[in-house]
Amino acid sequence: MTKSEVKLLGTWLSPFVMRARISLNIKSVSYEFLEETFQPKSQLLLHSNPIYKKVPVLIHQDKPICESLIIVQYVDDVWSSGPSILPSEPYDRAIARFWATYLDDKWYPSLKSIIGAKGEDERKKLIIEVEEGLALLEDAFNKTSKGKDFFGGDEIGYLDIAFGCFLGWLRGTESLIGVKLLDQVKSPCLVKWAERFCACGAVKDVMPQTEKLVEFANMLMAKMASSTPK
Amino acid sequence: MADEVTLLDFWPSPFGMRVRIALAEKGIKYEYKDEDLRNKSPLLLKMNPVHKKIPVLVHNGKPICESLIAVQYIDEVWSDRSPLLPSDPYQRAQARFWADFVDKKIYDAGRKVWTTKGEEQEAGKKEFLDALKLLEEQLGDKPYFGGDNIGYVDVSLVPFYSWFKAYETFGNINIEKECPKFIAWAKRCLQKESVSKSLPDQNKVFDFIVEMRKKFGLE
Repeated sequence: MTKSEVKLLGTWLSPFVMRARISLNIKSVSYEFLEETFQPKSQLLLHSNPIYKKVPVLIHQDKPICESLIIVQYVDDVWSSGPSILPSEPYDRAIARFWATYLDDKWYPSLKSIIGAKGEDERKKLIIEVEEGLALLEDAFNKTSKGKDFFGGDEIGYLDIAFGCFLGWLRGTESLIGVKLLDQVKSPCLVKWAERFCACGAVKDVMPQTEKLVEFANMLMAKMASSTPK
Repeated sequence: MADEVTLLDFWPSPFGMRVRIALAEKGIKYEYKDEDLRNKSPLLLKMNPVHKKIPVLVHNGKPICESLIAVQYIDEVWSDRSPLLPSDPYQRAQARFWADFVDKKIYDAGRKVWTTKGEEQEAGKKEFLDALKLLEEQLGDKPYFGGDNIGYVDVSLVPFYSWFKAYETFGNINIEKECPKFIAWAKRCLQKESVSKSLPDQNKVFDFIVEMRKKFGLE
């Protein structure tokens, strides 16, 4: 398969794009990474994801696949001879999917909103939500990993990818607000898991550096502050 | 060992209906438990401690939460009959995409139609009808989204048809006029026993929504 048969449209910043990249890396699939320009959105993006106009978009043999978790499952289905991403047992798959959905629907929206929170009360509320979520995930880790290194067992799997992609932004947020959210005392297993995850071959080259994310967030906030009418 | 399957549900829930249809398609016998959502059972709270919501599928004592996750689980466990997801990876990705689209668009837009007024309601109506039209386009000339038989997208979407009388009345819209293909598809689905036995009558849902609106102070 030539490299150009697989293209990924995305951006270095996005945890969702990272999910797609990690899954392709796990399967040792060569692909062309196309950094999306946004402002304005490229023709390729508008054409390949007309419904949501968002990244990531995987383009395989000229056919687009959208939505990060759908891409991850697609990669697992297509390159089935490589290491498995989804667990093999239906029940374990259901649990992995449950937590991935929880992360997308509840946890990450709370995390994402912390930086832009209006007022101390709102910020505190969001921090509590994120911390409660981490407690649930610590528990889920213990149940799912069954004593092994990752949610997926010996190797990273679907839930590791679904959650681990947010570690850059988690650390970035911690740096910006000066509060440790993922801490040694409350979530000791997740802290160790996070280190292992970031050190994985399939992950380390695609995990953005925290400093770069902080720099980006500061720039964005400065832009928003300067464009807000006084 | 015989499988023990229980479904914790609430009769008007389109999400619950999805699981009912999947179980019926696979011919699985199960115990149906209707929950009083104002007084949730200890079983529900134990089986879905994170969200405390229905539906919850319980298979041999183990809970599976979130309707589309439960539908996929059913498809994977009882994989020997009536497949719901296509076998081709690209078709599977498409089916997942459209079922996810239904989740993102139909319920929330529909909700705006029966719970809001004025500008917000108009926006909800437009969103709702636009979404149905996109789905009609996706259906194309096929009898079902799944092709010749109902599949994952059909299962995720057809339950909302039972709410159409409510949407039409409170939204003052004529869905058949706007989306005739969609209505034709829904009626085709209802000819299947797995669907007709899983969906409540539109009038019954309508009466339920009338009561809900009173409770929300909308009447």
